[in-house]
Amino acid sequence: MMGILDYGAGNLASVKNAMDFLGYDTELVSDTRSLEASDCIIFPGVGSFGSMVDTLKERDMYNALHDHIMDGKPFLGICLGLQVLFEGSEESPGHKGFSILKGKATKFTEGKVPQIGWNKIEPKDGMMASGWAYYVNSYRIKSSEHVLATTDYYGEFVAAIKKDNITAFQFHPEKSGRYGLTLLGWWYDCLQKG
Amino acid sequence: MLAKRIIPCLDVRDGRVVKGTNFVNIRDAGDPVELGKRYDEQNADELVFLDITASYEERGTTIKMVREVAKQIFIPFTVGGGIGSIDAIEKILKSGADKVSINTAAVQNPTIIKESSERFGSQCIVVAVDAKRSGDGWEVYTHGGRRPTGIDALRWMRKAQDLGAGEILLTSMDFDGTKAGYDIELHQATDKMLSIPVIASGGAGTLESIAEVLTKGRADAALAASIFHYGTYTVNDVKDYLEKQGVEVRR
Repeated sequence: MMGILDYGAGNLASVKNAMDFLGYDTELVSDTRSLEASDCIIFPGVGSFGSMVDTLKERDMYNALHDHIMDGKPFLGICLGLQVLFEGSEESPGHKGFSILKGKATKFTEGKVPQIGWNKIEPKDGMMASGWAYYVNSYRIKSSEHVLATTDYYGEFVAAIKKDNITAFQFHPEKSGRYGLTLLGWWYDCLQKG
Repeated sequence: MLAKRIIPCLDVRDGRVVKGTNFVNIRDAGDPVELGKRYDEQNADELVFLDITASYEERGTTIKMVREVAKQIFIPFTVGGGIGSIDAIEKILKSGADKVSINTAAVQNPTIIKESSERFGSQCIVVAVDAKRSGDGWEVYTHGGRRPTGIDALRWMRKAQDLGAGEILLTSMDFDGTKAGYDIELHQATDKMLSIPVIASGGAGTLESIAEVLTKGRADAALAASIFHYGTYTVNDVKDYLEKQGVEVRR
């Protein structure tokens, strides 16, 4: 079963709608038992880094989600769902991420913040197609050894990462038109191929 | 860097698009989903649905429309028009809209900007401002541009930003609908004042005027209704022109 993690913050309808549109069965997962029962998890993080971590912990989902990833089950992180894989964020210094990947999210220091709008995805290898994606973010990971694609907003930052069972996008594929739907389809195809 | 956004605006009453459209081979010219899809195919970057439904009681049809649009269109969309409470904002966002735009209610009760942005995030709160030249500056009008408020538009936009607005949708009433172009001075003054994105509205009559407001006017996005509805240009036509002028757009 493919679960979309519903941790009680924000609107998950758009990710669910996109998966429905593509014809993929998904279920909203809002407790640890159904999280543990999920074969793969999509985690669209919204709000602030600290409130995301707090809410996950309140619902006993923080460790369960970490275990899911460490068990090698497929994981797709979106927006804060990418940042949570790292050590933490300047946005909420007291809160720790999963520290599966090295680095911290830092705030954009130039230009209009948040970055709102369409920006270019520059793939770093042949796995992912290039295109334009929709962003809404004030914080970003500047670099990672697992970078799959980058974007330039007053300097390069991590647009997408891939490491083993983990895929994550800083942008919103569910709001990035046909390009975004293609990426969700690509991720789904990768799952089918194992 | 971010692409400049081109945003078609659709007027909606009782869940139906009411302004004329001359798409060819369209099954139902009043269907917001079908029209939204057409604009998506033309590479529109976002959509704005302006709800002109007369009474609040009939807003149920709007919610239904928002749900349908969210199921089938995967670019961001904003719903505006007569939204006056946190409750109404929540209903629209929960139904699948990415952003709401508030205008009169924000002027009457600015704390709605603060409360809604804290609760739902600044990124989904757009404050729409209707501004008209007055003396050396610009004055805010409310109630669909019918009522002057005596409030200075530049100061109001700055206040809206400070209260948590994520974007400003700025309409110059002097130029709206005249096709004479945008009020570039207003946009330049706004740009100096704000650090959040500004969507320019009003006066999108020619390709040159759109390019001008996005370059000289430093706006982040341009919103237009009639040039698209009446088929004067497609969104792609606008983007072709902008690209030739060296303006980066999404293709």
